[in-house]
Amino acid sequence: MARGIEARLGEGFLTTKLDAILNWGRQYSLWPYVFGTACCAIEFMSTAASQHDIARFGAEVLRYSPRQADLLMVCGTISYKQAPILKRIYDQMSEPKWVVSVGACASTGGMYDNYCTVQGIDTIIPVDVYVAGCPPRPEAILDALLKIQDKVRGESVLNDRQKDFTGILDR
Amino acid sequence: MNTTALQHIQAAFPDADSRENLDSVVLTVPPEAVTATLTKLKNDPQFGCSLLLDVTAVDFLTYPTPQPTRFVVVYILRNPESGLQVQVRVPVADPDTGIPSATTLWGSAIWGERETYDQYGIHFQGHHDLRRILNHWQFVGHPLRKDYPIEQRQICYETDPLEKEIKARLKHNGVEDTSMAELHTEIMYLNMGPAHPATHGAIRILTALDGETVLANVNEIGYLHRGFEKTAENRTYNQVVPLTDRLNYCSALMNNIAFVKAVESWMGVEITERAMFMRVILGEFFRIQDHLVCLAAQLLDLGGLTNYWYLYNQKEASYDFISRLTGGRLTTSFTRIGGMYRDFYEGWQADMEQQLLDIEMGVGDSLKLVEKNRIIHDRTQDVCVFPAEKALSYGFTGPCLRASGVPFDLRKDKPYYHYDAFDFSIPVGSKGDVYDRLMVRFAEIHQSISIVRQAMKMVPDGPIFVRDVRVALPPKEEVYNNIEALAGHFKLVFEGVRTPPGEWYDSYEAANGELGFYFVSDGSGTPYKCKVRPPCFYMMGGFHKMVEGSMIADVIANLSSLNIIGGELDR
Repeated sequence: MARGIEARLGEGFLTTKLDAILNWGRQYSLWPYVFGTACCAIEFMSTAASQHDIARFGAEVLRYSPRQADLLMVCGTISYKQAPILKRIYDQMSEPKWVVSVGACASTGGMYDNYCTVQGIDTIIPVDVYVAGCPPRPEAILDALLKIQDKVRGESVLNDRQKDFTGILDR
Repeated sequence: MNTTALQHIQAAFPDADSRENLDSVVLTVPPEAVTATLTKLKNDPQFGCSLLLDVTAVDFLTYPTPQPTRFVVVYILRNPESGLQVQVRVPVADPDTGIPSATTLWGSAIWGERETYDQYGIHFQGHHDLRRILNHWQFVGHPLRKDYPIEQRQICYETDPLEKEIKARLKHNGVEDTSMAELHTEIMYLNMGPAHPATHGAIRILTALDGETVLANVNEIGYLHRGFEKTAENRTYNQVVPLTDRLNYCSALMNNIAFVKAVESWMGVEITERAMFMRVILGEFFRIQDHLVCLAAQLLDLGGLTNYWYLYNQKEASYDFISRLTGGRLTTSFTRIGGMYRDFYEGWQADMEQQLLDIEMGVGDSLKLVEKNRIIHDRTQDVCVFPAEKALSYGFTGPCLRASGVPFDLRKDKPYYHYDAFDFSIPVGSKGDVYDRLMVRFAEIHQSISIVRQAMKMVPDGPIFVRDVRVALPPKEEVYNNIEALAGHFKLVFEGVRTPPGEWYDSYEAANGELGFYFVSDGSGTPYKCKVRPPCFYMMGGFHKMVEGSMIADVIANLSSLNIIGGELDR
């Protein structure tokens, strides 16, 4: 539950208008942090290049500081060695933040069912949208971006985002 | 391979067991003789094995034929001038005692032996920095040992601080905290990566700085270790092909070719002429792709964003051709043992020619921005110079070795697939600085375009798959009407392509350098061991030698000039 002035206002005209304007701004100016580790990062490069042009969706401002980004795109395999770094980057991002798991490896471990590969990043951090493919085409990555935009549209200042996630690294 | 090389080696090492295998000479020596043998092979001018290509080990625990010892360490050496290739096998009685290290002879042994220690738990006596490299520091056990279950995962909770290592490196370089204190200054430690935009994937570069000058550098890799080798031991040979896509994913098809070529040469399978030409055309086309990504990223790192669009857009355009041909954009899986997955489609020549013209245009546009650009010259010339001798010692191959002035290229020195029939030259650099590495890649793109054009004129008609019952599925007609064909089909699908028992190494000139595979076969349809010799692993192993003494900004320029690809680096 929200704690500020909006909590007193309740679900009235002001808060819905506040939601509308905030969400409108947020959904068309997502700043992605690309956690690119493997092949999917090359497809992300294609997504950002001229032909697919992620700028059409307002998400071309790639931030390489987690503190400036609100969309974490995990592109590639996450190994157990990498996992604490991913978690740290996620923790460093300020709210509100969203996570896209790009490709089979990030989503499930993909073809690497073995001793060193994390079987899906949702065992470490919460994920909002999963993208299938090994690697996914740029269109699929753009589609995930649209899904995140939908999700952003449904948010309200009155509702706290879920924060009770516990992953394998939360001891 | 001529028999004289074997005779020379037999004469020089009368006590060792030596034999010829594929195109290498294989020497088996006991641990106490290994240092003398390796020294002689390196320093004796008649052998001159200045390149230590790879170090690995074999665990014979579950091998069907009993072996004298459970572990055998293998050093793979090459003379880049004569083409002599030697494998030195060292049986290891006790892995905890281990064998003497070869780090005093070759720089590449530092990382090669570390990997062998990490994966097999074999100790190397006298190695100054023997610790894990691919697996994390909290890992217990050695995953490539046959008694380590593939699914036994181990969680890493914290990253390794690397404090001890950087201090040791500072001490090695003669920098003491006290001497800095006398100058009223202190060392600044700067950590880049593993999540850093300039590290192209996940590499951790830890530097100790005096102002902007790098005093010491320690690198950590393994963040993209995906267990390729262990996974390959649980797949049939053809099932490994999709895994090879994900080694160097910027030129996936070259890895496909390198892998099947290695298996075919052991089995003695002669692929058809058309398949050979397809592999040449597609291999060179993917070499261009790889160089385009490398150059685009490198010039982007140097601040030349426009180059990124000029070069990367051409790669993006090539995906249309690639996906039309192979069905995938990035991961092609286009080869099979014995041939290719599909033939070219009708009208491919026009598409290919258009791609080549577009690439020429993009490269030309980019070169116009780079060639006479004072900023690029100042940022790259005489920066991170790596002379030929050091490059060889650290196991450099491919464009980075050629940039240091060594004209070694497997396509010329050990030609396969009729490479001797094409008219092309090997661009070499004069110094081995970042500029040379940059320009060698530009020049190689032009050479590759020329090879593709020549091969397109020569490509013959005919089948793309060899008619060999060991590797090819029988025609459907026969499968339905004939019991042998049906059984053959069934066995090939279920058991996979079976290779004769033995150990062998075979290599291919990939975009980044020599991509080799060291196999051990037990006669079944799955590899008993499949070790990749990744070119950029050894280049990263020499990275600290290149950047120490340079400025911090040069570290970025140098890293991108090496074209480190995570999938290949960490496997």
